[in-house]
This record gives sequence, structure tokens and C-alpha cells, in this order.
Amino acid sequence: MAKREGLEVSVAVGDAAMLSDADVVSAYPITPQTHIVEHLAELVANGELKAAYIPVESEHSAMSACIGASAVGARTFTATAAQGLELMHEVLYVASAMRFPMVMTVANRALSAPISIWGDHSDAMAVRDTGWIQIFVENGQEAVDNVICGFRIGEDKRVLLPVMIHLDGFALTHVIEPIELPDKKDVDQFLPPFKYPLPLDPEKPVTMGALGSPFIYTEVKWGQEINLEKAKSVTLEVWQEFDKLFGRKYSPIEQYRTEGAKTLLLTMGSYSETAMVAVDKMRGDGKEVGLLKLRLWRPFPYEELREVVKDADTLIVLDRAISFGGPGGPVCSEIKAALYEEKKRPRIIGFVGGLGGRDISMAGFEEIVNRGIEIARTGSEREFEIYGVRE
Amino acid sequence: MMATAVHGPGVITELEPFAPGHRACSGCGEALAVRLAAKAIGNNAIIVNATGCMEVVASPFPYTSWRIPWIHTLFENAAAVASGAEAGLKALEKKGKRPERNIKVVALAGDGGTSDIGLQALSGALERGHDFVYICLDNEAYMNTGIQRSSATPYGASTTTSPAGKESLGQVTWKKNLPAIAVAHDIPYVATACPSYHRDLMRKVTKAVETPGPAYIHILSVCPTGWRCATDDAIKVGRLAVRTGIFPLYEVTNGQYKMSLSLTKLEPVENYLKTQGRFRHLTEDTIKEIQERVTREYNKLVELAGKPGGETSSE
Ligand SMILES: Cc1ncc(C[n+]2csc(CCOP(=O)(O)OP(=O)(O)O)c2C)c(N)n1
Ligand code: SF4
Ligand SMILES: [Mg+2]
Repeated sequence: MAKREGLEVSVAVGDAAMLSDADVVSAYPITPQTHIVEHLAELVANGELKAAYIPVESEHSAMSACIGASAVGARTFTATAAQGLELMHEVLYVASAMRFPMVMTVANRALSAPISIWGDHSDAMAVRDTGWIQIFVENGQEAVDNVICGFRIGEDKRVLLPVMIHLDGFALTHVIEPIELPDKKDVDQFLPPFKYPLPLDPEKPVTMGALGSPFIYTEVKWGQEINLEKAKSVTLEVWQEFDKLFGRKYSPIEQYRTEGAKTLLLTMGSYSETAMVAVDKMRGDGKEVGLLKLRLWRPFPYEELREVVKDADTLIVLDRAISFGGPGGPVCSEIKAALYEEKKRPRIIGFVGGLGGRDISMAGFEEIVNRGIEIARTGSEREFEIYGVRE
Repeated sequence: MMATAVHGPGVITELEPFAPGHRACSGCGEALAVRLAAKAIGNNAIIVNATGCMEVVASPFPYTSWRIPWIHTLFENAAAVASGAEAGLKALEKKGKRPERNIKVVALAGDGGTSDIGLQALSGALERGHDFVYICLDNEAYMNTGIQRSSATPYGASTTTSPAGKESLGQVTWKKNLPAIAVAHDIPYVATACPSYHRDLMRKVTKAVETPGPAYIHILSVCPTGWRCATDDAIKVGRLAVRTGIFPLYEVTNGQYKMSLSLTKLEPVENYLKTQGRFRHLTEDTIKEIQERVTREYNKLVELAGKPGGETSSE
């Protein structure tokens, strides 16, 4: 039986890739992702993970090598963060458009400049449109479970797409949490061997990555869009099955104490943990406040969002990245767009905070909620406000 | 008609993994290089192609010139994609998930994709020791985007980004020595080749495929469009590049240099330069400067090889 033990989340993520029987790991070190790939290198060196570990010379090559490995039918894993993710940028589009399943954990970190090794979501938001399935996790257990689910979702014949698991740098990667690592035999039962339908194989030659003229490019992109939208139902299916086998539930948007809540706060990733405590406090004070945790970022869960906000008056969205000179928080702007056509929708108030590792305490979340309620009543001079900045 | 097959020494295989009917310009030396290399590579291989002329001319959807598995993703990452494919195959075979078939992974890239934007990925792949072959198709400029200079463009050549003008003789830098950079990685096999010497080219590719570990082959590929020479001159111009010592043919096996031809006397470089419009503007002084450099570099190479050449020309 699987047992719960105290594990550093990065180590547990590496273990999850091992339990998933990855064939190839190709990665380049960057803080705060390092412990994940170091652990994997160790597992391969000790023979615990039977895989090829490719210590590439850059993230551009890391992702390119993942593509090569996936194209011959290998189950492939990588991890990166911030500058590394940006260096991969053009390759990310290729991985999804050419339909190569793989799992990548992103230890979310702020983008330079100024160089900062600390956490926020500016790296994740910069790769929003790359066509990957993207899941934000809240704690170590979610990270482990979703690495395993990620392979199953991405490798499903109806999907065949790469999957990004976002976990906050340091706040998650470097903490020790009680984590239950599933038993290998259960993972084997849950996750069938990877069978890429048409791998590169001299026995059955295929041409991959042909030149797409205007005659075909639009159709390829449309196909990609439809396919990614469909990936949502497969994700739900996989999560359900995971729950059946392992007893842990995942959903695109998780609700916390939202019954009768007039005000909702929406967060992503590890911030949700502190936000829950803040909600408990405010509920204790008699405030009708609830929390939404957005887990499935791509494909975006439109129906689920519309359903969970329909009875609220105010929806406060906390972004950890800025879309400069534009709408401010990218998540907030998407949520506004998603709800625009709804007959009854809450006022949507956007905040940006927690940039470059700046902590938001429980009191901070309370402040954000109170200010959000105030803006909903009186308005703000700005499109969005930034929390805790020194002017 | 009855199909007949001829066998014997010196008869070239009729295998054509790179099919005819591609869209290269007429007289393209690079397409010829690919065709010859593909014959030597055979069917048990996976090709990883960088963006560039050979990718574009061979794969306009829904057509393909490739009868063997082929993948193209980006411009600068052929060596990295090849690394992943090679490592993936080996891992799957070791785990019993794929039968052991000794499939060779071969990367193809232009001089731009190799000596400029793809150099880091190439260096990484060579250094890590992947069991693969990397073939640089050197037509001495970024041809696919319209004849812009690369670091492999020779001194004095006029290109669209190193145009000859009142204040410039064209390319002002000397051609980057990629084979030497490959040799510096201490890999088991490095060779230069040119389709004008087709048997030599195919022998070297075969040797590269048979060599365990990384092998690098640098093929000078005449581009009539970019070099502004006659479309029926690619063979002649390639031969002159070799005979003038501008592009010497040699191989380096486990660090041991060997010249591929025994040229007792080099032809003057002018014979080569005058075949191409890209050098038309060169003055006598510049030609002299080029001659001196070519002679010096060629002699250095001969010295490295210890003697002027191996078996006589096998054009
Ligand atoms: C990152 C990136 N930069 C630039 C380009 C544009 N580009 C495509 S092919 C090419 C030149 C290819 O030159 P070379 O590698 O010498 O191959 P050739 O076409 O000459 O055979 C360039 C600049 C690109 N596709 N990707
Ligand atoms: S531009 Fe040159 S290399 Fe490219 S297809 Fe034409 S002749 Fe060949
Ligand atoms: Mg070129």
C-alpha cells in the first residue's frame, strides 16, 4: 500500500516521472527546477529509472530532444522554469502542433529583468498560447498526481498533446510536504504503455513536419484548436478514473467554501493554500466570501467557470503576471472575456500581486478581498490595481 | 520491358531514399549531395532535417521526396532533435519496447543551420557522443531566404547581406572552418566531401553511418542560383573548388588526418573564382590574397595528414 511520507516536492515530482516509466528525460538546469532534474539524473544513475537522461546544452535543445524522443515513440519528461521556458518558446509550438505527447513541469519563476529566481506566473503566461494542455497545481500531492495523469491525458489517442504542469518555484518545489507516492503496480494499471500511432520507423516511413502552404495551414491550426478543446473531456475522464483508483479528486476549477458566497476570490497555484486560510478567517468574521482555484488553464474551462460564478456579486481575480500596457492580469482579462456574454455576471475586479517572490500573507488576501469589494462599490481609477507595491 | 539489375564493383546502388521530383532549382548541387548521401545512408535510417532549401524543396505538403522516415521541426535544432531520436530509440530498444534494428539517425542541415544558428546544438550533440551522423550541406550562404551571407560564405563573395560595393569587396571574413571545429570535439569520424566526387562522397557517408558514435560530414554543395554560375556547371565548379585547394577533400578518423586525393599541383584559384558571378568584382590583388591564403591553408592540412594524399582521385 502506498504510504504518506515527508518528501521534498521536487523529489516527489521526479519520483512521479519514474513511476510513470519515462523512457527519456532531457533537461537543462535552472533554479528552482534543479532539484527535479538532479533527482531524475540520480534515479537513472542508480538504475531505478530505466531511461536515457540527455544532459543537453540548453533548454532549446532540451525541448528539441524531447520532440525527437517522442517522435520515435518514447515516453518523455522534462522540466524547466522562467528563462528556460522562454528559450524553449518556438519549440513549444512545434511540440503541440506536431502532436507530440510529453510532460513538462514548470517551476514557475519570474522573468528577467531584473533577474529574479523567485516565483510568479510571468513565465507561464508567456507560453499561454503555445497549444499545450496546462495545469496549475496547488501542492506536492497534486504535482505528483498530475504528472502521472499528464502522461495519460497527453498520450490518449484522442488527444496526443504535450502537457505542462505548473508548480510554483520554491513555494512548492523546495518544501517538504506529506505526500503519498502511488504504488508502481497501481500506476502501471492506470497508465498503459505509450503507443505513438505513427512513430518514425524505417519499417513504415512517414514524413513529419512538412512545409504547410496557405492551402493547408488554416486547416492544421483549426484541427489543433478543436483537438485541444476536446482534450478537456479526456482530462475530466482521466481525473475521474484517477479518483476511482487513488481516491483523490481533481476538477478544472475547485471551489472552497463558496456556498452562498457573494464575493469570490480566484487564485492559481500554491497561493490557494494561504487564500483558503484567509477565507476561513473571513467566514469566521461573518463575511460571505469563497475561493475558486483555477487548475485547468488550457483548455480553458468556460462552462465550469460560468457555473461557479453565477450567484456571486463580485469576482476578484489575482494575477501573478502583468500583460504590460494592456489589460494587466492575463487571467483576469480572460475571465472577463469568458463572462462577458452572460446575462447575469459578477463585477470582475483584477489585482496583480505576488510578483518575483513577493509573499502575500493571510492578512494580505483579506486586504485584497476588502479592497475588491470596495472597488466593486465605488470603482477604481485603474483597469487593475497592484497589491502591496511601494510607490 | 524486363527489369534488369546490374551488379559489380563500381556500380552505384539504384536505391533512392530521396526520390526524384523535388522542387530544387535546376542544377542544384545540394539536392545532388542529398541524393548521393541518401543512397549511401540506405533505408534503415531516420532523417532529421533543419529548415533550409532541402527541407523546403522536399516536403511541400502533401508531397514528400523522402521514402525513409523524415522529420523537420526548426532551423537551429537538427542536432538536438537527432539527439532525442537517437537516445529514444536506444532507450526503447534497451527496455524491449522496440526491436533492436540498429537504425541510424542522420541530421541534415545547411551551412547556416550548422555553422551559425545551430552551432551550439551541434556542439552539444557531438560532445555528448550520440551515435548519429551530422551532414552539413554547405552552399556557402542562407539560400532559402535569398542568398544572405553566413559564416561559411567565402572571403570576397558578394551576397545580399555582404554585397560588393564601392566600399566593400563583399564578404570580408574568411570561411569558418567547421570540420576543424568538429574535429576539436574528438569525435571518431569527420570528413569533407563534394558531389563532384560522388564515389568519395558515398564512401564517406557509408563510413560515417558504420562508425559508432558521432560522425560529421561537411559537403560543399554548389548552388547555381546563389553563386551565379551556369546551371549545368555544378559538377565542374565543385571539382574546381577541390582542385584549386579551396575546398580540400579529406577525412579525419580518430584524430588521424588523411587527404582523399593526391593532387600533385593545385590549380590557380582564379580558375574557380571566375566561374561564378559572386566573385566577378574581385580585383587582382584580392585574388592574390585569396591564393596566398588557400595555399597556406592547404599546406597546413597536407602537413597534418603527413603526406599529400591517399588513393588517386575517384571522381
Ligand atoms: C530561428 C529562425 N531564424 C531564421 C529563420 C529563417 N531561415 C530559414 S532557412 C534560413 C537559411 C538557411 O540557410 P542554410 O542553413 O545555409 O540552408 P540553405 O537554405 O542554404 O540550404 C533562414 C535564415 C528561421 N526559419 N528560424
Ligand atoms: S537556391 Fe541553391 S541550394 Fe537552394 S534549391 Fe536552389 S540551387 Fe539548390
Ligand atoms: Mg546554405
